[in-house]
Amino acid sequence: MTEPHRISIAVNGTPHDVEVEPRRTLVDVLRHDLGYTGTHVGCEQGVCGACTVLLDGEPVRSCLVFGVQADGADVRTVEGLGDQEHLSPLQETFSSAHALQCGFCTPGFLMLVTAFLRDHPSPTDAEIREAVASNLCRCTGYQNILRAVRTAADAAAPGDDPAGEPS
Amino acid sequence: MAESARWVGTPVRRLEDPRLLTGASRFVDDLEPRRVLHVAFARSPFAAARIDRIDRAAAHAVPGVVGILTADDLALPGLRPVLERDDFTVTEMPLLARETVRHAAEPVAMVLALTRDAAEDAAEALAVEYDATDAVSSIERATAQGATAVHEAAPGNLLLDAAMYDHDELDAALEAAEVVIERTFTTGRVTAAPMEGRACLAEWDERDRRLIVHVSHQIPHLVRTTIADLLGLPEQRVRVVTPDVGGGFGLKCVVGREEILVAAAAARLRRPVKWIEDRLENLTASFHGHEQRYVVRAGFDAEGVLLGLDADIACDVGAYACFPFTCGVEPLMASTELPGPYRLTRYRARGRAVATNKPPIAPYRGVSRPQITFVMERLMDIAARRLGLDPVEIRMRNLIEPGEFPYRSAAGLLYDEGSYRESLQRCAAALDHDGWRTRQADAREQGRLIGLGFSCFCERTAYGTPAFASRRMAITPGFESANVRMDASGGVTVAVGTLSHGQGHETTFAQIAADELGMRPEDVRVVQGDTDTTPHGWGTFASRSIAIGGGAVKRAGESLAAQIAAIGAHLLEVAPADVVLSDGAVSVRGAPGRSVAIADVARTAHHAAHRLPDGAEPGLEARATFDPPGTFSNATHGVEVEVDPETGAVAIRRYVVVEDCGVLINPTIVDGQVHGGVAQGVAAALYECLVYDEQAQPLSGTFADYLIPTAAEVPAVEIHHLQTPSEHSATGAKGMGEGGAIGAPAAVANAVSDALAHLGIEVETIPITPENILAALRESRADVPVGGTP
Repeated sequence: MTEPHRISIAVNGTPHDVEVEPRRTLVDVLRHDLGYTGTHVGCEQGVCGACTVLLDGEPVRSCLVFGVQADGADVRTVEGLGDQEHLSPLQETFSSAHALQCGFCTPGFLMLVTAFLRDHPSPTDAEIREAVASNLCRCTGYQNILRAVRTAADAAAPGDDPAGEPS
Repeated sequence: MAESARWVGTPVRRLEDPRLLTGASRFVDDLEPRRVLHVAFARSPFAAARIDRIDRAAAHAVPGVVGILTADDLALPGLRPVLERDDFTVTEMPLLARETVRHAAEPVAMVLALTRDAAEDAAEALAVEYDATDAVSSIERATAQGATAVHEAAPGNLLLDAAMYDHDELDAALEAAEVVIERTFTTGRVTAAPMEGRACLAEWDERDRRLIVHVSHQIPHLVRTTIADLLGLPEQRVRVVTPDVGGGFGLKCVVGREEILVAAAAARLRRPVKWIEDRLENLTASFHGHEQRYVVRAGFDAEGVLLGLDADIACDVGAYACFPFTCGVEPLMASTELPGPYRLTRYRARGRAVATNKPPIAPYRGVSRPQITFVMERLMDIAARRLGLDPVEIRMRNLIEPGEFPYRSAAGLLYDEGSYRESLQRCAAALDHDGWRTRQADAREQGRLIGLGFSCFCERTAYGTPAFASRRMAITPGFESANVRMDASGGVTVAVGTLSHGQGHETTFAQIAADELGMRPEDVRVVQGDTDTTPHGWGTFASRSIAIGGGAVKRAGESLAAQIAAIGAHLLEVAPADVVLSDGAVSVRGAPGRSVAIADVARTAHHAAHRLPDGAEPGLEARATFDPPGTFSNATHGVEVEVDPETGAVAIRRYVVVEDCGVLINPTIVDGQVHGGVAQGVAAALYECLVYDEQAQPLSGTFADYLIPTAAEVPAVEIHHLQTPSEHSATGAKGMGEGGAIGAPAAVANAVSDALAHLGIEVETIPITPENILAALRESRADVPVGGTP
């Protein structure tokens, strides 16, 4: 049961080979084996979404995915969005809309919304609310997160990916 | 000294955001030193039990296990929080249960292993023989005749029984009152549930022979004192660091036993030890709050004027008192502030802290103010209905008026100036209260149940030493300190004893300092959360930081500005009174062309001390403390709801807050605090409750059971600001971190009651669950078929 397996995953474009126990979750692989600590663990129960990353482009709760399931996959984490000097458009709107307070849940929301805006470049407010309701935040009351997503969607020129690359 | 306020009051974008948005932040679990051992706790499955035997063989056999520690191994004293009052019973919270278990999930042994997985496997394998006994699971059972004592020292399960006020005219006034409302109100057990749970990493630094403890906490200096005292170390041998903290809401302003245990294990084993609370532990084994019962009698005259109030307040404080605030925190706060913003002289209160076999309470956002506001505001609406008065009108007849400040409350508190009546009027206008009854009648015609509810409250914030001293805690918090220094390049570092964990102090304190120094917020670096580099302080809780910590920053900034002005004036060959600091320069008043850059003043102070004026010390540094008596914020919340008669669900259609926290330092951040507070208050009103069964077993162990609301449930909040400057704070600001959570439960409960009033339904308990509403609808005598339209 605890015999390690060797897996290969690419994180934000960088390939990694790592040995993991079958029961090790993807979030533990990312955080503790590979050092991508920007992804946070909020409940390990699959409810809060703080650990949301993109697995082959789709948002997943990385506490509910085993590392071995990500063998051969392309994983995107918050570290792949933009750095402190070059925030991505979405990160910019989160800051300008005051959509974060303690910041613990923020990476999960950013990854969730990155995929959402890619798939819904012109979302309705109801669609935004439904998407944002996937994750939990204890500080903001969500109002400014909804505003940030609306702003990011509206700011993107037609045809642009609103989540976008760092400016 | 600076020309004019420039940054205070403006929506400066937060300086802490970039690291939090990019994963460059650093929380405790992000730290992973070499040779670290991971901790899992073996916790009791019973709420009340004797521990007969612990057999470690199976646990030791788990690969990777390095050590198992029990109470006998550690032989450390427990936490003994003390109130210096005759009506308080001191009890001890053992770090690990030794012979007696007093609540489910109480830690019994600490397992240390090379991985967390191994530690958890071993904690599960540890064989503990328990002899379970009958658990005390509620206030009613704890206070019943012959109830089992949770602590031998408190045979009646009352850890505090405080008769606080007893006005001699109260009984006569209630006798003579036109209307006497007698009710029992109850509020459910909730918890802060920050997205980051508690977390601790302790390392023994052999080079300096001391402990370095990284902890997710709101008061690092308190953690240092507690660890040093319990381990018998001088404080200089303990360094406590709080890196980024993922929310607290009060949960992290008390010192938990796990943090002490991790530090003790690191000191004992001489290697790093780490414990990260998981969500099950956070919900079942940390600290809770707000489970209270109020038996009240309130008398009103025919005009709706409140004549007297008699309150019997009981708080289910769980099995232990929290350190250092004690289990008195809720009943004392409730008794002292129950009268709220209303004129009242005849008042009696009895506040009890009732021990049960449930986890202990800690201060949680609002600390009894959400409950007392719920009680007072329900009383106002019930009295209005009995007297045929409008809910806004009865409040206007009772709210303290502008000319009455400073107002001495029935509990002896001195309220400074507030905008109690104006906030209500503004809120009522924003919700078009005048047209409400027509709209409601129209809706009822269509079979829809809509309701409008208000809540008015005032809250003491910025408790300084005198306010805390009146509570008679053996450890008395209150003051705050700040060190402000300028380096040789002109950069400013502000070191504070407060601890921002989402409140944005790196920005707001920088705004305050920048105004004093004539610089920009981005020139100011705010340092917090390290007992090696920050002055002694009391962290961030109880809506204290901006008023108290901000006051210390302002005072220290003023002092540093005076030093800069003196040197600048000397270099400009004018008198210090003739210069001003602005835009990064010291300039001659009225002659802005004659100036010297503040950066050049800084160079001179450090690198050319021979050019300083007589009497000026080399370097640029100032320290200040601030310690106000406390200042009262106020607000009115108004909410419009719709109740679905088929499902019992409550939907919030509009939510308006008119709040007054004095001078706004950063309006964007204030709004964010209100949004988040309202979300937690709405949650307590409608969704969240930690359910325990008859044997005090927890039934809410996941976020699928404990319902933190999502973006689908939390309403948009329309916020209006009034600004009555505080005379007690240096900036004019009042505290405001808790207000959103305080006003929401009452407003929602009043709105739901209004929606159902014609059916004879009145809310007396929160949370208001769909099940409760459906049951009430079924019981109501009205001819509305439940599950259908009339």
